[in-house]
Amino acid sequence: MFEYEKYIRKNKFPLVWCSGCGDGIVLKALLRAIDSIGLEKENVCMVSGIGCSSRLTGYVDCNTLHTTHGRAITFATGIKMAKPELNVIVITGDGDATAIGGNHYIHAARRNIDLTVIIFNNFIYGMTGGQVSPTTPVGMLASTAPFGNMENTFNISGLAQAAGASFVARGTVYHTVMLEKLIKKAILKNGFSVVEVLSPCPTAFGRRNKSGTIIDMMNEQKDNCVTSARAERMSERELEGKTVIGELVNIDRPECSKQYRKLIERCRSGL
Amino acid sequence: MNVIRVMTGNEACAEGALAAGLSFFAGYPITPSSEIAEELAELLPCAEGVFIQMEDELASIGAVIGASLTGAKAMTATSGPGFSLMQENIGYAIMAEVPCVIVNVMRGGPSTGLPTLPSQGDVMQARWGTHGDHQIIALAPYSVIEIFDLTIRAFNLAEKYRTPVILLLDEILAHVSEKVVLSDTAVRVIIDRIIPQEAPEAYLPYRYTQNLIPPMAPFGSGYRYHVTGLAHDETGFPTNDPVEIEKLLFRLQDKIIRNRDDIVQVEEFLLEDAEIGIISYGSSARSCRHAIRQLRAQGVRVGMLRLITIWPFANVKVEKWTKNIGKWYVVEMNMGQIAREVEAAAHGDATIFGIRQINGEPINPEFICQKIKDGLNV
Ligand SMILES: Cc1ncc(C[n+]2csc(CCOP(=O)(O)OP(=O)(O)O)c2C)c(N)n1
Ligand code: SF4
Repeated sequence: MFEYEKYIRKNKFPLVWCSGCGDGIVLKALLRAIDSIGLEKENVCMVSGIGCSSRLTGYVDCNTLHTTHGRAITFATGIKMAKPELNVIVITGDGDATAIGGNHYIHAARRNIDLTVIIFNNFIYGMTGGQVSPTTPVGMLASTAPFGNMENTFNISGLAQAAGASFVARGTVYHTVMLEKLIKKAILKNGFSVVEVLSPCPTAFGRRNKSGTIIDMMNEQKDNCVTSARAERMSERELEGKTVIGELVNIDRPECSKQYRKLIERCRSGL
Repeated sequence: MNVIRVMTGNEACAEGALAAGLSFFAGYPITPSSEIAEELAELLPCAEGVFIQMEDELASIGAVIGASLTGAKAMTATSGPGFSLMQENIGYAIMAEVPCVIVNVMRGGPSTGLPTLPSQGDVMQARWGTHGDHQIIALAPYSVIEIFDLTIRAFNLAEKYRTPVILLLDEILAHVSEKVVLSDTAVRVIIDRIIPQEAPEAYLPYRYTQNLIPPMAPFGSGYRYHVTGLAHDETGFPTNDPVEIEKLLFRLQDKIIRNRDDIVQVEEFLLEDAEIGIISYGSSARSCRHAIRQLRAQGVRVGMLRLITIWPFANVKVEKWTKNIGKWYVVEMNMGQIAREVEAAAHGDATIFGIRQINGEPINPEFICQKIKDGLNV
């Protein structure tokens, strides 16, 4: 039996999340991943922005920092550069990371700084009541898109890949075993790592879009997702309307905080 | 051993920061502050510190706060447009009590305004730029050596009171070269934040201590705690309890207000026998000194109360001196931002006039002399 209590601040329960929210499942997968790596809580720093998903940091017994909307990656960058021995994990939503914080997201990927960014993609602004997000699918309803979203969407993972991230993966709250593995790999990867987690929001997204219960929303994940391994053997036509999950990018590039330590060494030896 | 050097204001700021123990700088280039970043890009790695150029000023202040939470002494430097972008997270640093130094080399505004020309137009933004009720500390040096000294002092105040401190320079001070005598490092006072002595289990990150400033544990030192910009109780976790909210907001206020005497500095220049007083600060105060010498040579007894600390405002000193001297000129490169504060502090005891210029030209001593002499004839 996995002991969650070792990692949570139980006195901060109950969680702020609605019943049926996917975010709690991601929390569990994250804690299991941390445990299976054997990270010391003292050496883990979790940094979040603002949003439902970003409230996660309050519940984990480690160094936790709940910052401002969109800026979690910037605070995390300061922490990692100043104290590279910390394992810095960023918890953020689709709006937090790719709307208001989009610039920081792509620049952190470009720098390839060793952060693990877990993006809770619920395709909507949950905390503020269901406004449209850069990931809301075209045609879907949001409180600020009452006639259906007309704008094109961001591919969160593709964005990180294009900007230079070392590790990119997509998971869901239905595929929990895979999710834990992906998060584990992301934490272990030396470089900028992203795990985009499709985490349904039955309240702000589901209700308005008649997506049914959380069970229905998770069943849709089951039916709609194909693993990246399988996707490789599928044609473009077969992949239409499908969501590819699993590991998407895994490459080695020089990492920012380590490169900087090398510079300090160079200055010290007077070269 | 004293060291004699010739340096610009921006260089003095960078070196003062290093003397204070700076170990982290994040910034985004902007005239007229960029030389501070350029200087530190070169000096910091050799001092085993970190320099990073971020993607914008929102990121710069975020990185500075993050670094400070690990125990680093951290700073950023910018000018008007960048200072505007930093405001939200300056409020965060106030709320979460994270020490840091923000240098704003003022240039003409609003908007892109006058990138290469001086101004003192951000004095009120330094006071009220971020939303909500809060206190802020802002310092305004007026010479290159004072930039060096006040940069150290800015760090000391930030560390002592766990709060962001704003250092207001302007384009003139940033780029002027002056001979400076740097005092012996042995006599320099450097203050570091208080860290907790209790065991991690007993640590309350926002405890109400007698001096109102809770000890601060660096991230990664075994104290696991939560930091948020939401209103929080002593444990650091969010609260909606009106009693706890009020306790927090008053403590944040009181830790600065009750220590006014320690924070507020002014220079009283030839005031004892003065019939006319000047209040000024920053580079405008340099012109005032020249004007005062010229006027005194002509038999007009003028003196100056120079504000070294801008915020909190030097109410007590202004109140005292406006009781003694009936006629005052507030000299500043803006539309009267500090003049209004002076009027409020004087409670009608003195007549307050403004000498202002906002056209990008420094206020020259002749202009000040003329205005004061014109006033003599009425
Ligand atoms: C500067 C700023 N603008 C707007 C807000 C209001 N706000 C809070 S959370 C949020 C959106 C959150 O959406 P997302 O990041 O997708 O997270 P979720 O709540 O869906 O997990 C917004 C707009 C804010 N807190 N700060
Ligand atoms: S509004 Fe949506 S994202 Fe927020 S807690 Fe509820 S279900 Fe989760």
